Amino acid sequence: MATLAQGTPEVVATEVNYLNVEHGWKSWLLTTDHKRIAILYLISITLMFFVGGAFAVLFRINLLEPEGLFAPETYNRLFSMHGIIMVFFFLVPSIPATLANFLIPIMVGAKDLAFPRVNLLSWYIYVLGAIFTLYAVIRGGVDTGWTFYAPYSSTYSNSYVLAAAFGVFTSGFSSILTGLNFIVTVHKMRAPGMTWSRLPLFVWSNYATGLIQVLGTPVIAITLLLLAFERIAHVGIFDPNIGGDPILFQHLFWFYSHPAVYIMILPGMGVISEIMACFSKKRIFGYNFVAFSSMAIAVLSFVVWGHHMFVTGESMYTSVAFSFLSFLVAVPSAIKVFNWTATMYKGSVSFDTPMLYAFGFIGLFTIGGLTGLYLATLATDVATHGTYFIVAHFHYVMVGGMVMAFMGGLHYWWPKMTGRMYPEAWSKFAALIVFIGFNLTFFPQFILGYLGMPRRYYSYPPEFQALNVLSTAGASILGIGYLIPMVYFIWSLKYGPKASKNPWGAAGLEWQIQSPPTTFNFDETPIVTEEAYNYGPLEEVVG
Amino acid sequence: MLGNLIILAQLRLFPPTASKQASQIDALYWFLTVVSVAMTALIFIGVTVFAWKYQRKRHPKATQIEGSTKLELFWSISPLLVMLVMFAWGAQLYFAAQQPPRDAMEIFVTGKQWMWKVQYPDGGREINALHVPVGQPVKLTMASEDVIHSFSIPAFRVRHDVIPGRYNSLWFTATKPGHYHLFCTEYCGNQHAKMIGWVDVLDERSYANWASGGGTQGTLAEQGEKLFQQFGCSTCHLLDQQGRCPVLRGLYNKPVQLADGSTVMADDAYIRESILDPNAKIAAGFEPNVMPHFKGQISEENVIQLIAYVKSLSPSTPSSQQGPQQRPTVIAPTTRNPRASTSGNIGKSGLQRQQ
Repeated sequence: MATLAQGTPEVVATEVNYLNVEHGWKSWLLTTDHKRIAILYLISITLMFFVGGAFAVLFRINLLEPEGLFAPETYNRLFSMHGIIMVFFFLVPSIPATLANFLIPIMVGAKDLAFPRVNLLSWYIYVLGAIFTLYAVIRGGVDTGWTFYAPYSSTYSNSYVLAAAFGVFTSGFSSILTGLNFIVTVHKMRAPGMTWSRLPLFVWSNYATGLIQVLGTPVIAITLLLLAFERIAHVGIFDPNIGGDPILFQHLFWFYSHPAVYIMILPGMGVISEIMACFSKKRIFGYNFVAFSSMAIAVLSFVVWGHHMFVTGESMYTSVAFSFLSFLVAVPSAIKVFNWTATMYKGSVSFDTPMLYAFGFIGLFTIGGLTGLYLATLATDVATHGTYFIVAHFHYVMVGGMVMAFMGGLHYWWPKMTGRMYPEAWSKFAALIVFIGFNLTFFPQFILGYLGMPRRYYSYPPEFQALNVLSTAGASILGIGYLIPMVYFIWSLKYGPKASKNPWGAAGLEWQIQSPPTTFNFDETPIVTEEAYNYGPLEEVVG
Repeated sequence: MLGNLIILAQLRLFPPTASKQASQIDALYWFLTVVSVAMTALIFIGVTVFAWKYQRKRHPKATQIEGSTKLELFWSISPLLVMLVMFAWGAQLYFAAQQPPRDAMEIFVTGKQWMWKVQYPDGGREINALHVPVGQPVKLTMASEDVIHSFSIPAFRVRHDVIPGRYNSLWFTATKPGHYHLFCTEYCGNQHAKMIGWVDVLDERSYANWASGGGTQGTLAEQGEKLFQQFGCSTCHLLDQQGRCPVLRGLYNKPVQLADGSTVMADDAYIRESILDPNAKIAAGFEPNVMPHFKGQISEENVIQLIAYVKSLSPSTPSSQQGPQQRPTVIAPTTRNPRASTSGNIGKSGLQRQQ
């Protein structure tokens, strides 16, 4: 709390800011302020996160007993809706639509995003997509898994496939618009002196994300349209009984959905770069390499989709090529992890809550990334494909990585976004609970996976029970770990100590303006004269 | 309490290793695990040491460092080199897994919501159960009646999707007699979790004894011959002289000249397509629209029987060696040995087959 005390005198109680400048529903629902839209998104995705999370808790309860506790229909709908909601309505928009929406204009020294009204439109589209998907849930759900594999989804499933697919289709447009807005903003709205090599790494990673969103998302839209076309009009596209090819669906689906994995992790990597620099009081080690690795990931992410199809019977040579490319995409991720670690070298490290989440991210993302190598390796992919090994791997990346980064970022910028501090002791406690709960939930699943337990099973042979019980126990701890911050964040809005403009002593334009910022962020356009993370003059060059 | 103890007593951490592939893949798996643990430890130690040594109390002022191109190159290239080993090793095993030995015994599997139907060359059939002899390469040829399934035997570390509309295959050589799980690992609907069964690996004698039950409806090829008569195929596909349709004797695994000038190999996939959708590829010198199409009319199991019959008309082709007359070498003349029934390693359903 020492850092907080330093800043407190600067706070003036009656400052006008983006939150109190206008009041009433209309001022929120018709706002074009990127910061207010970020808050709208934050509320929406938090709701979806808890809906998706509740499904997860329910199906973990089902798996306490080898024969399952619910009807198979129920279980199949629970895991499908969990996946659809978490991927398309939480992870994809999580950091870009909230933290990046709030911060990118400020970080580049602009008053707003390039297209403020398009930004608001993207939120409305997101809400529309979420409504379609929730409608599918209320009507009885969808049971295809988040992957919608044909011909099961197009011909055989008796669930609300069309409503759910339409929800996903719709939400894709909001993702495209957000990405487009970021790309144009970064190109055209940078303040004088804010050169590309001075951009915070958070901006770089969200710029790379924007490229994937704009280039990849149309493909999932086309895929879902074709799926709907086959389901409604019985035109043979994917179902071999009417002349289609089920593998075509997988190519189209993964052409988006593998790059989408990077939509779901790159922004998190950006957050970790910011946090590591701030709480080490040191510039990021190898800035150029970290920035370039985000771009390398964005490009390579488009040429690895075939690694989801090693056991479908795609040609051996195709598989070998995709295996090789998948190893290549691991290199830029490794570069980032090494650079974050090296950033602490000769730094001045403090252990505030955002930093704890960053440590959690580095550890869990490392495990998630390394277990990805088992899946890039052809022979071990054959042994683990479609099992809990996959489930554990991508949860280590998506939850251990992205959700950890999201939580870290939310704590880091909470004072800036709300003008309030959260309770330090509770937040550290919650970070610890999340870390323990996460590992207890997902580590046993690696073992289950190599034992051969298939994913998406409502019942399983009894010898898998012990590990499943462990996993369910972990899930309940993890659930509590996510509820605690929910409570103290809301509490802090009213009772939290007022935040100064720079409670962490961080570098970066967002920390030079008041907390919370005014509607147009800056009174006058800032002129940038230094690189990012300028925590002091350069003293030493290694190697 | 007792319940908890039972759960713990059944705890396993590593699957049984029961095929040649399994031990090869395990070696690679352990290599990956050693590398992963080493890397995780390296990062963990790095983060812990730096965080401890440079914590603000001990090191209140950070030393600003730009970075190091040499270090960057080092930690980009050295992981890449290790990964190239993983890549090459994995690709080599994957290649081997795609090439079944020529003397492999062929068994047919049809996936259907929600069961696995197994057909043996001698005409025997089973559901959700597979019996294979130890030490003999076995090739599974698999088809699906409906959606995508995936056939997986964890103890063998083998898996292949079973995609409708085509033949899919995998092969293995079992090395350890025993009773192993068989799972569907591609979500296929409501009872996906019940699309499971058992693989029994039997020693030579037990397998011979089990197999001696034979098919009461004849071998797979004989069953196919019956269908061939029943569907009236024999009226146009004459055995020894040219009818309205091509002669099938000697056809299997031979190149076929098509009407459009191209050539195809008369393998399982071609014969399956020609039965279900005869107009897809017309042999040179024949008219389209002569043969009715059988798509949706007959099951994948019937198609497999018909192919076995066509295959039996070409006894000299190498891949028909496991046909009805040439049982795998493990089927010794000791078939009727009464002691066989008491020899161990036979699973629950080991000696019963439905016909």
